[in-house]
Amino acid sequence: MASIAQLQKQFIEYTTTLYSEGYLNDQFKQLQKLQDESDPNFLVGLVSVFLEDSEKLIKILETAFKQKTVDYEQVSLHVHRFKGGSSSIGAQRVTSVCVSFMNYCKEKNLDGCLWCLQQANHECILVRNKFEVLFRLEQQILKAGGSIPMME
Amino acid sequence: MGVAADSQFHVLAVDDSIIDRKLIERLLKTSSFQVTTVDSGSKALEFLGLHEDDEINTNQPSVSPNINQEVEVNLIITDYCMPGMTGYDLLKKVKKSSSFKDIPVVIMSSENVPSRISRCLEEGAEEFFLKPVRLSDVNKLKPHMMKTKIKETDHHQFNQENEKHQEQNELEIGEAESQQESNGNKRKSMEDEALTRQNKTQIQWWPYCRFD
Repeated sequence: MASIAQLQKQFIEYTTTLYSEGYLNDQFKQLQKLQDESDPNFLVGLVSVFLEDSEKLIKILETAFKQKTVDYEQVSLHVHRFKGGSSSIGAQRVTSVCVSFMNYCKEKNLDGCLWCLQQANHECILVRNKFEVLFRLEQQILKAGGSIPMME
Repeated sequence: MGVAADSQFHVLAVDDSIIDRKLIERLLKTSSFQVTTVDSGSKALEFLGLHEDDEINTNQPSVSPNINQEVEVNLIITDYCMPGMTGYDLLKKVKKSSSFKDIPVVIMSSENVPSRISRCLEEGAEEFFLKPVRLSDVNKLKPHMMKTKIKETDHHQFNQENEKHQEQNELEIGEAESQQESNGNKRKSMEDEALTRQNKTQIQWWPYCRFD
């Protein structure tokens, strides 16, 4: 059974890699600072909403690209929303894919768009797994009676 | 009627993205503001009690906004890019409305487009925040809301004094002319003050804008 100190060390190491590997950026740090006793589930809630919204957007985009004539204007609006949401969460790799996605939409490049859609889906799955591990570590620390270290 | 007690400031946040709505709500609540979030410009107008087709009512006697509004809103913060009515459209409607033009409006956008920023500021927006919005941005909102409270106080006092003078006019014709003259002078100096404050607000946006 890991001690609080060990769990906290694990948490710090894991979080550090998430930042160094570009999964999360400073925006996520800002969000962690916003969470307090008055709303302890704020971050988990926000991340869930983001992941749900992303899933919906990916399905909408898949359908949009299956049309005979792709409505790139509509597609751009969805990608813009996707980009905005990922940026607000701090899911940097997802945001980067969305930026390329927007450019392919402007060029009406179907192959480029389809590739980006695939990448966006892939990055969302990856970051979802990262969040799950992160929140599980947090729960373990709290259960053991410890406090979650602040990342500076 | 005295000045309203300094209760919590109420912000109306408008954004079509549910993630950004939750985020702005959290940021505003952390700053101890009362928050109402809506997902479109038309819902924002509905909440204010303003109909989309409302024009400037030139015949309306000057009354405090508190009486016309269903709920008092001290600031509107809105996303720029929204389907249907954009944040810019909402800004224009609010500024054209006789009842709500004094409510400070702040625009948020994920895109850093200088022409967009200047267009919004020219139309009367107090600030333009680049997304993702941070706590340091939200900390800039209180001064704008406080300026409006001060304006409302002066407006209350001006209305009270104006009413008093109008009553006297009805009773004594002889004194009516001289009273109206002093009313006129008073009104002019009040307007001058208000204009100066408005100018100050517009000039002060420079340090608040993020152009990076």
